[in-house]
Amino acid sequence: MPKNTITETKLVKGLKTKFNKQITEEYVEPNRIKISTSPTNLKAVALAIKELGFDQIISQGATDYPDDNLFRVEYHAICVSIKKFRRIMFAIMTTIPKNKPEIETLLDIWPSVEFHEQETFENFGITFLNHPRMERLLLPEDWDDIPPLRKDFSLPGRD
Amino acid sequence: MQVVDQGGDKMVLHVGPQHPGSGHFRIVITLDGDYIIDAKPDPGYVHRGAEKMAEYRTYIQNIPHLERPVIIDATGITLPYVLTAEKILDVEPPERAQYIRMIMAELNRIISHLYWLAIYGIFLGHSTMFMWPMGDRELFIDLAESIGGTRVTFSYVVPGGVRNDIPGGFKERALKTFQYFEKRIKEYEEIFFNNPLMQSRTVGIGILKKQNAVKLGITGPNLRASGINSDTRKDEPYCFYNKIRFDIPVYKEGDSYARCMVRLRELQQSMDIIRQVLDRMKPGPIKHVIRGVMRGEPGEAFVRTEAARGTMFYHIVSNGERFPYRVKISVPSFRNLIGMSHLLVGSRLADMPAIYWSLDYWPVEADK
Repeated sequence: MPKNTITETKLVKGLKTKFNKQITEEYVEPNRIKISTSPTNLKAVALAIKELGFDQIISQGATDYPDDNLFRVEYHAICVSIKKFRRIMFAIMTTIPKNKPEIETLLDIWPSVEFHEQETFENFGITFLNHPRMERLLLPEDWDDIPPLRKDFSLPGRD
Repeated sequence: MQVVDQGGDKMVLHVGPQHPGSGHFRIVITLDGDYIIDAKPDPGYVHRGAEKMAEYRTYIQNIPHLERPVIIDATGITLPYVLTAEKILDVEPPERAQYIRMIMAELNRIISHLYWLAIYGIFLGHSTMFMWPMGDRELFIDLAESIGGTRVTFSYVVPGGVRNDIPGGFKERALKTFQYFEKRIKEYEEIFFNNPLMQSRTVGIGILKKQNAVKLGITGPNLRASGINSDTRKDEPYCFYNKIRFDIPVYKEGDSYARCMVRLRELQQSMDIIRQVLDRMKPGPIKHVIRGVMRGEPGEAFVRTEAARGTMFYHIVSNGERFPYRVKISVPSFRNLIGMSHLLVGSRLADMPAIYWSLDYWPVEADK
């Protein structure tokens, strides 16, 4: 184990023990952890990561993969309260099918995710179940095209 | 401003998007008498789809347009982009370039904070506090212009280094400016920060408790004003911030005054950082030249830095093409916005300007 990733490796090991094969370690680098899990386990895994001390969501987004017909939903958690974890960013990824773009909200675990999920909703058309305000935030009110960050939406004059 | 009579004592008030203080941003406030009982922010009036546009431009073309969301802190938003792109492109900038980036980042922090301070003066009806920081800001803009070539939108940091070296005589001019400005900070304190009128409008107003600041995901000076000693320059140092000695200003009170004081102290701290950088810098190359089209390996990277308003985050996914496959930007203003409704509910309407601008919310940055 490299010396500069001892904390990171320990964190992932703890999660793996808890969730067995339900989480996949994508990579562990100095200051960076990336794991993936299934949408059904996402909430439990997120709660465990929050309880470790990762108290804020710095970013929440998604990426469209039309060839595989899926969306990857991404959460990036950071810690501001515990000094030894402050240098680490924790990426949690999950994939959902494009024909049923729905996933449970993590609002009750990280309240800071509220506007991020709304932004992902309007830009990708992913519905976050049990989110109290699944409505538009940044897009114009009269937007009637497909969600703009999907790959099948192309900028006029660019394709 | 649009007023909707709800009957009884309740009233809905639309502040913005044409309000002179709100700046392309609307907030729908429900009032019960003089008290705000509900505040619903409505961003998006200046949404330009920067993330989508970034998928149609090369790594180098993306720099000028990704700088547009917050031109007053241009290096604050382009530096993390370039650091992320460098991970994708697998280039390492030379040592001198890293130091020059720090100079520009700190100059931009000062420029941005002075702009904020000037507008805060206007918000509280203190015209002198508008004139002074706006005038002094020009000195720092001149310094940045002598490096970057333009007043605000430099597009100066590029993958592999910086565009050009700092001009001769920069150190002397910078030190002279700092010497002058340190005197001015004391004058700012006397006329504004120690002013009983200013204090009566900000002390104890819009208190953001420590646990709420953490819970809501507040970042940057607003978080540090609530007693959390978190700053990306210390937490996960980039460039050479780990070689520089500096302290993070932290205040425990969490009110509007504390948020102002954090920014005032950061002005001094940024000058101290630039002084140390100027002493440490050695002559050398400023750019690792990348030949041909910049094309990264398939993969992804995520990076954060400390911009003037808080932690700026980029997540870039590459599929090995000339254009990034996906660029996700998480800007501090967007994350601080959630704090606004939290703070406004329960306060008086007259305190709204003092709370609103104490968060240093920049609508264009939040809308992207």
